Amino acid sequence: MRSNGQPRADDWVNHVIRIRDTQDQVAFAELFRHFAPRVKAFLMRSGADPSLAEECAQEVMATLWHKAHMFDPTRATVATWVFTIARNRKIDALRKQKRPEPEDLPWGPEAEPDQEDILSLQEETRALGQALAELPEKQRELIERAYFGDLSHSEIAAETGLPLGTIKSRIRLALDRLRHTMK
Amino acid sequence: MTTEDIKHDLTDELLLAYSAGNLPEAFSLVVATHISLCDECRARLVSFDTVGGAMLESCESIEMSADALDATMSRIMSGAPQAAARKSGGLFPTPLQDYVGGDLDAVKWRPVGMGVKQAILPTSADASVRLLYIPAGCAVPDHGHRGMELTLVLQGAFVDETDRFGPGDIEIANEDMQHTPVADIGADCICLAATDAPLKFRGLVPRLAQPFLKI
Ligand SMILES: [Zn+2]
Ligand SMILES: [Zn+2]
Repeated sequence: MRSNGQPRADDWVNHVIRIRDTQDQVAFAELFRHFAPRVKAFLMRSGADPSLAEECAQEVMATLWHKAHMFDPTRATVATWVFTIARNRKIDALRKQKRPEPEDLPWGPEAEPDQEDILSLQEETRALGQALAELPEKQRELIERAYFGDLSHSEIAAETGLPLGTIKSRIRLALDRLRHTMK
Repeated sequence: MTTEDIKHDLTDELLLAYSAGNLPEAFSLVVATHISLCDECRARLVSFDTVGGAMLESCESIEMSADALDATMSRIMSGAPQAAARKSGGLFPTPLQDYVGGDLDAVKWRPVGMGVKQAILPTSADASVRLLYIPAGCAVPDHGHRGMELTLVLQGAFVDETDRFGPGDIEIANEDMQHTPVADIGADCICLAATDAPLKFRGLVPRLAQPFLKI
């Protein structure tokens, strides 16, 4: 960890690996301090009251511990992974619906992941975060509403102000990277 | 079926809504089943999930209760089943098998007339999803749409006014589209179809049958 407090994104990867390999509770506590309050805020913005959001955030973090062996750092950053767990918990707890998930890919995360792939994913994700931060206020707000708020699928389809073009040009990189890892 | 043969993919709007968790369960099932068959859409979904992760990273945070970490550790210690990778190997990808309770031979078909069979799968009520079995050369009656209809081909192929749809292909129809899907002559066609509003049939007989078929 760097001396100025926050670990870099690729350090979070090491935290998850420490949990997976040695059930490291110190690594978990650090991850918890960073992500649990964000998950709680995300759930409250999605309509959960504070006590439900608190409980669900704890469940999301417990899931992270139990699924540490399924995390693939060449395909997702820890933040992306936490987002997908929190999103599934939101659908389950708030919308009372099941979440059909795609079949798992034929290759698993068992093989030791390539450090270069991990780093380039972290780098692209940082660039994407930067691009999102630099969006005009109105566009960023729309994206936030699409992910955290109440923009339904038909509203997303009708919403011409959504900067999907900007997102797409950024995530082109993610697409190319995934193709590369699948070869 | 291989991913290279797929010519009709999901839109960005659908992938974003699925990533954000804003689709009705019935549509999510069709999306998850297509992604299980299509590496291209899987990669695009990963991209949208990455946007979600970036939003989570940059958004505000709300303090957890004082004993939250301890409470979570006791949750963890009380245990949970270890999840394993899921891979079906059958005709139906795993998300669909979860809803059918097995592969093709587990489907409980009900005849809907003219040789066509269907099996409605249990989901939340905001949209409905069914498996359709259309014998080679047969047609689904001419109809329009009041909302969105997603049709994913699992076996065989169908042709309508817009194009030909083969295994893995997805057709997205909405209010301004009227069509008569006809199964290819080569093989019986099996599709997974979701709608969020009843279809509008042009013929009288299908219209009369509609309430009983829940289409
Ligand atoms: Zn596709
Ligand atoms: Zn139709």
